[in-house]
Amino acid sequence: MTALALDAGPLETATDSCAHCGQPAAVGQRFCCPGCAAAFETIQSLGLGSYYERCIAERPPRPERFEPYDLTRFITVRPDGGKELVLAIDGLRCGACVWLIESVLGREPSVLTGRVNMTSRRLRLAWRGPASEAARLVGRIEALGYRLVPFDPVALAAARDDTDRALIRALAVAGFAAINVMLMSIGVWAGDAAGLLDTMGPATRDLLHIVSALIALPAIAYAGQPFFRSALAVLRHGRTNMDVPISLGVLLVSGLSLTQTLSHGRDAYFDSAVMLLFFLLIGRVLDHRARGQVRASVELLLTLRSTDVTVLAVDGTAALRPARSLLPGERVLVGMGERIGVDGVVERGDSSVDTSLVTGESLPVTVTAGAAVFAGTMNLGAPLTVRVTAAEDGTLLAECARLIEASEARRSRFVVLADRVARRYAPAVHLTALATFVGWYVWGGASLSAALLTASAVLIITCPCALALAVPAVQVIATARLFRSGILLKSATALERLAEVDTVVFDKTGTLTEPSLALVRDGVDPAALRDAASLAAHSRHPLARALVAASGNVPMADQVEEHPGQGVSAGGMRLGSAAFVAVSVERQFPASSDRHGAASPDRGGAASPDHGEAASSDRHGAASPDRGGAASPDHRGAASLDRHGPARPGHLTQQRAASGGPDEPGHDGGIELDHDGGIEPGHDGGIEAGHDGGIESDHDGSGRPDDPPTSSGEGHDGQSGPELWLSRPGRAPVRFTFAERPRHDAAETIARLRRMGLKVRLLSGDRAASVARIAAAVGIEDWRGECSPVDKVAALRQMGGRVLMVGDGLNDGPCLAEAHVSASPATAADISQTLADAVFQGAGLAAIGELIVTARRARGLMRGNIGLSIVYNVLMVPLAVAGIVTPWLAAAAMSGSSLLVIGNSFRARA
Amino acid sequence: MNVILLLIAASLFLGGCGLAVFLWSLRTGQYEDLDGAANRVLFDHDPPKR
Repeated sequence: MTALALDAGPLETATDSCAHCGQPAAVGQRFCCPGCAAAFETIQSLGLGSYYERCIAERPPRPERFEPYDLTRFITVRPDGGKELVLAIDGLRCGACVWLIESVLGREPSVLTGRVNMTSRRLRLAWRGPASEAARLVGRIEALGYRLVPFDPVALAAARDDTDRALIRALAVAGFAAINVMLMSIGVWAGDAAGLLDTMGPATRDLLHIVSALIALPAIAYAGQPFFRSALAVLRHGRTNMDVPISLGVLLVSGLSLTQTLSHGRDAYFDSAVMLLFFLLIGRVLDHRARGQVRASVELLLTLRSTDVTVLAVDGTAALRPARSLLPGERVLVGMGERIGVDGVVERGDSSVDTSLVTGESLPVTVTAGAAVFAGTMNLGAPLTVRVTAAEDGTLLAECARLIEASEARRSRFVVLADRVARRYAPAVHLTALATFVGWYVWGGASLSAALLTASAVLIITCPCALALAVPAVQVIATARLFRSGILLKSATALERLAEVDTVVFDKTGTLTEPSLALVRDGVDPAALRDAASLAAHSRHPLARALVAASGNVPMADQVEEHPGQGVSAGGMRLGSAAFVAVSVERQFPASSDRHGAASPDRGGAASPDHGEAASSDRHGAASPDRGGAASPDHRGAASLDRHGPARPGHLTQQRAASGGPDEPGHDGGIELDHDGGIEPGHDGGIEAGHDGGIESDHDGSGRPDDPPTSSGEGHDGQSGPELWLSRPGRAPVRFTFAERPRHDAAETIARLRRMGLKVRLLSGDRAASVARIAAAVGIEDWRGECSPVDKVAALRQMGGRVLMVGDGLNDGPCLAEAHVSASPATAADISQTLADAVFQGAGLAAIGELIVTARRARGLMRGNIGLSIVYNVLMVPLAVAGIVTPWLAAAAMSGSSLLVIGNSFRARA
Repeated sequence: MNVILLLIAASLFLGGCGLAVFLWSLRTGQYEDLDGAANRVLFDHDPPKR
C-alpha cells in the first residue's frame, strides 16, 4: 500500500493522514497501520516526540517487517572489547531521522557508539555485550521504519576509497603553493611593471624567485603525481592522453624557471606551473567525487537488495546464509512471496513463479518438481525446496553471461571526446614548442636559454588547462543534475555515448509497464470497489494494495479476519480467490471447505520445512480442481509488492517479502533465525490475503465452462489475468481483474523521443499479444515479442546505428551490454543495474528523455568548451611564439581561460 | 627592505599552519559526512552518546 497509494493516483483525496508516516489513513483513524502506531508509541515513550516537528522533508517511512538477516557474521570486535557493525540505512529522509536514530540508540545502556553518516547513509553501531544484542538493537531501529542491512567488513575495507583523500591532499598542497608563489610573483611583477619601471633590485627579485622555487618545486613534486603517473602509464603503452602535455609542460616550465632563477634571470614561471596544477586538481577532485558518489549509491542499492536465503541441512535444520556462499547440491527453502535467491531445480513443491525479471514474461509460470528456476524470480505460491545447481551451459543464465561478456569487451573500445582531442592536440603542442625553440635558436639568433624560455612560454600558454577542464567540468555538473532528478550515471563516458544515440529500444515488462499490476476499471461497480477496498485495506497482498490504490480513501472495515493464503473476511463479506469466496465451485468440491477449516490448525507450527511443504502441496492438490481457471489472484501482483517500493522517487529498491507486520499472527511455512541462531517457527511465507492454496496461474484453465469471459485484455493465448473476487451477502459475487499497465508517462515520453528525432522500438520476451497491446497503448509501431535474449541481441545488431537500450530483466542483460548505451529502472534485476550505464528511479519514464536531453546539451557544452580553449590558444600562441608573453600575461591568460570554461560548464545545470 | 624576510617567513608560517590544520581535519574524517554536519548543528539537546 505504501507505494501504491503514492503513485497509482487514488480517486479521492485523503481526508486523514497517519500521525506517524503522514500517509492516508482511514477516516477517523489516527494511524494507517499497527506498525506506525507502535513506532509512534515508542518515540513518544522515549520522550522524542519533537521528532515530528523536526521532520523537514518527507515523513518517516512506514514500519514493515523486514527480511531477517544473520547479523553475527558481519560483526567485528574492537580492541576495547566492544563489538561493531556497519549497516546501510534505507529510509533516511532528513536530519531529524539521524537525530531520532542516534537518540534512540543513545538511550540503550549497552550502546557505545551509534552514529549515522548522512552522506553515505550508514550507521556505525558499537555496543558491549553479546553479539546477539545486535539483533535487538537493529530491531529497535527497524521498528521505527528504517531498514538496516549489514555491510560485510571485508568488502567495506576493500571498497574504501583512498584516491579521493589523496587527490584532496594534493589539491590542498597545490592551493597552498599557488597562493604563496603568487604572493611572490605579484611582488616581482609590481616591481617590474611589465618592464617599464624596473624599480626592483636584482637581489630582491632573485630572493623572491628562490623562495618561489623552494615552495613550488616540492609542491609540484607532490601535487603533480596524479598527472605524472597517468602520463607515464599511457606512454608505456605507446599512447598519449591529456596528462602527457600537462606533465611535460609543468616539468619543463619548472625546470626552466629553476635555471632562470639560478642564473639570475628576469622571468620565472613557478606561479603558472603551480596554478595550472591547482586548477587541474580541482577538475580531478570534482570528477572523482561525482563518480564516487554514484558508485556509493549503486553499492547501497545492491546491498539493500541482497537477502539471505534459507538453507536446509541434510538433517532438516535450516539456517540463513547469503546466496553467494551456496554450493551446488545444497537445498534452499523458498517461502511464499520470497525471491528465489539461487539458480536451481525444484525438488519439492508445486507453485507458480514470477519470472518477469528474468524472461520478461508478465504472467507467472507454473513450476513443479524438476523445473529449473532462476535467481531473481519470485515464488508466488506454496513453499518450494530448490536444489542449487551451477549455471550450466545451455541454460538461460549461461547464455546471458556469455553474451554479456562478448558485448562488454566490444564496448570498452569507446574513445572519449577528450582523448580524441588530446590525440591530435598533444603532438601539435609539442611540435609548436619545438619549432619555436629551433626557430629562435637556429634562425633567430637567440641564446640557448632565451630560446628555451620562449619555447617554454609556448608550452605554458598551450598547456591544456582549459582543455583539460572542458570535459570533466561539464560531466560533473551534468551528472550532478541528473543525480538530483534520480538518475545515476554509472559510466564516465555514458554522457557522450548518450548524446550520439539515434534509436531507443525498450523492453516491455517492468520497463514500459509499471512494475506492479493495476485494477482494470472497466465495468467495476464503485460500491463494490469500496466494499472490497475496505476489506483489502487490512491486507498487504499486492492485489489488495492495488484495490486500495484504485479506490482512494475508504474506511477500513471492522473485525476483519485474515485467512492466510486465501483472503480476508468481515461480517458476511469475503474477498479473495474464487475458491475462497465460494464462487460457483465451492458446492461442487466440498473438499475445499474442509481445506479452509483445516488451514489454521494445520499451519501454526510450521517449524519443520517438510511439514510446511506437505501442508501446502495438499492445499495445492485440493485447489486445482475447483478453480476452473478463474481462481487465481495474481502472480505479477505479488512481484509488484517487492518491486514497488522503489517506484517512489528517491526511495531505494528493497526486497520485501510480502509479509505481515511484526505482530501479526498466523505465519506459517517460513523460518526465521532467532537471536541465538536457532530456528523459530511462526512466520508465514508472507502473503496474507487473496490466495487460495496455490496462487499459480492456471494456464490451461480458461477453457472450462465456468470461466467467466475475461475483460482485461490479458485473456489472450488462453491466459487468465490475475483476479480477486468479492462476495457480499445476498448479492452476486463481483470479480476484479488486474492487468499490466503502461507507466503513466510512457506514451508521452515516447512521443517526446520521436520529436527529438529518435527511432523508438520495443523488444520483449513476453507473448506477442501482450506486447501488441502495450505497444499500441504507448504508440510504438515497431515491436517484436517472444524474443529470447539471443534474438534480442541479434535484433539489436541488425538495427545498426547507435542504440539506447532500456530494460530491466536478466534477459535484457546481453542487450544492455551490447547496446551503445543502456539504462535500467531502479526496480531492475541486479545484473541489469550492474550492466546499465544509467539507473533511473521514480515511477515514470521521463528520465529517458531527460537523459538524452542532458547528454546532448552536455555534449554541446563540451564542444563549446573545447572550442573556447582552442580559440584562446589560436590567439595567444602567436604571442608566445613571438616571445612577447611575460609571466604575468601567461598567468592571467591561463586563469582567465580556465574560469571561462568553468563558467560555461555551469550552463549544464539549467 | 630586510623586513621582507620577516614578512615572507611569517606568511609562509601562517600559510603552513593553515595547510597543516586542513590536512589534519582531512585525516580525522571531518569531510566524510558534510550533509550530516550541516544538520547536526540543529540537534540542540539530548546529544547521543559517542
